[in-house]
Amino acid sequence: MSQGKLIERYNASERANHWLVAISFILAALSGLALFHPAFFWLTNLFGSGTWARILHPFIGALMFLLFIVMALRFWKHNRITDADRQWAKHMTEILQNKAKDLPEIGKYNLGQKYLFWALLTTITLMLISGIVIWQPWFAPLFPIPLLRIAVLVHALSAFVAILCLIVHVYASYWTRGSIRAMTRGTVTAAWAKHHHPAWFREVMNKNR
Amino acid sequence: MALQSLDIKARSATTTPSPDVRAAGAIPVAKLIDISKCIGCKACQAACMEWNDLRDTIGENVGVYDNPADLSAESWTVMRFSEVEVEQGRLEWLIRKDGCMHCANPGCLKACPSPGAIVQYSNGIVDFHEENCIGCGYCITGCPFNIPRLSKKDNKAYKCTLCSDRVAVGLEPACVKTCPTGAIVFGSKVDMIHHAEGRITDLKERGFQNAGLYDPQGVGGTHVMYVLQHADQPQLYAGLPNDPSISPMVAIWKGITKPLMNFGLGMAVLAGLFHFVTQGPNEAKEEEEEKQ
Ligand code: HEM
Ligand code: SF4
Ligand code: SF4
Repeated sequence: MSQGKLIERYNASERANHWLVAISFILAALSGLALFHPAFFWLTNLFGSGTWARILHPFIGALMFLLFIVMALRFWKHNRITDADRQWAKHMTEILQNKAKDLPEIGKYNLGQKYLFWALLTTITLMLISGIVIWQPWFAPLFPIPLLRIAVLVHALSAFVAILCLIVHVYASYWTRGSIRAMTRGTVTAAWAKHHHPAWFREVMNKNR
Repeated sequence: MALQSLDIKARSATTTPSPDVRAAGAIPVAKLIDISKCIGCKACQAACMEWNDLRDTIGENVGVYDNPADLSAESWTVMRFSEVEVEQGRLEWLIRKDGCMHCANPGCLKACPSPGAIVQYSNGIVDFHEENCIGCGYCITGCPFNIPRLSKKDNKAYKCTLCSDRVAVGLEPACVKTCPTGAIVFGSKVDMIHHAEGRITDLKERGFQNAGLYDPQGVGGTHVMYVLQHADQPQLYAGLPNDPSISPMVAIWKGITKPLMNFGLGMAVLAGLFHFVTQGPNEAKEEEEEKQ
């Protein structure tokens, strides 16, 4: 396969930021899932013990939140939902069947990616707030027990949605050939850009002229 | 501490059966606290400290007789004093020995994520095994009576054990042994209900029309029961809940949603795999590649 022309999609600092979020998210998810259901309790072994998983989880989560917010601010402006996105979404079935033709021209991200962005921003913020409320022994004693009960439920539900988002995100980037290099090498082929994100491709080309 | 002589009916965060072969011989036990006989001497608090080797830090007088002012990891039982006037002009001093109720349906055990940190013996005692406790505090959210306390020293949860170690070898709990007025008695749950009925008849004869037994069915009944002079108003007794049950929040959190969420995550992974093997990758077309 010819390499074609390469276009930069993420610079080195954005890539580092993304992978720090990815690592801390996965560690937070694994240590959280360990307490989520007995079927996953064995995951505490990855962190040393149940007690260590419990101690580390909120710190990893809070770190992940900070890193995520930095990344979210960087990507924010590309994630506003446009009319082209809504048109694009009407072709979902064909897109999933790899049969789509003549799609509306979309920018740096498609609607799926934008939904992912907003869903993660929402759930991660909810997890931070609810996570602080149930954080033993530091913060939880400051809150009334009925609030702890709500927080722990909100935390578990948001974590479920966030982990679901992660699974979809990982699969989508594997399914869409040529995407992973955008985050490992920083570049994509011009063909990839033109095929998947034509409006963004034109914008980059105009800027580089 | 695991007690090999007691069988286990339920174990926290465990989805397979617990060791239970001797359960048929186990008699459900109960401690009955007759509030009308309690003189507030706190001998039971002292006996609890003695037997369990607990020494709480010396507190401060907060203006009431409650001392210490609250339960803690080192105070598993506390006398709570309430001054009430159920009838105008007739002051009553209600003294309730607070501590774990040993619920038949324990919210603490349901909430706990750590296998074997909380067990329920076949005789009904709910016990915390601190060596398995990870210090998450979920039991605090699960308990309808606000009982478990995380220790500031080791971040493990503690509460009354109903002297499971004494009961396992045929002794009564330390508080029962020491009570000078016989306000606390211990035995099989059936016997204790029978004993309570006699006391309630007596109280009614003495003018306490609403005397009754506190054995709340919302948590499946309890293995620590009270005889109350005013059983129609449990909240008079330092906020004893009227009709306690495991909070619906906890029931949703720990109930059907968890298996559903597990299923959802598993299905998402499978959906990805099968999408890929049936539809193949999403590639930029060769011609587009050539044109560059
Ligand atoms: C944003 C900062 C976060 C904070 C402060 C936080 C805090 C907490 C705390 C305090 C607990 C209770 C157990 C413990 O003390 O370790 C917990 C449980 C949990 N966390 Fe987090 N967390 C955060 C982020 C996350 C993330 C990113 C995930 C996964 C995507 C996650 C998933 C979970 C799960 C699944 C549980 C178990 C809930 C249950 O038992 O139902 N958390 N979290
Ligand atoms: S603090 Fe200990 S006993 Fe309480 S729920 Fe957590 S692991 Fe279980
Ligand atoms: S009173 Fe609270 S700590 Fe005691 S068994 Fe019931 S739920 Fe558990």
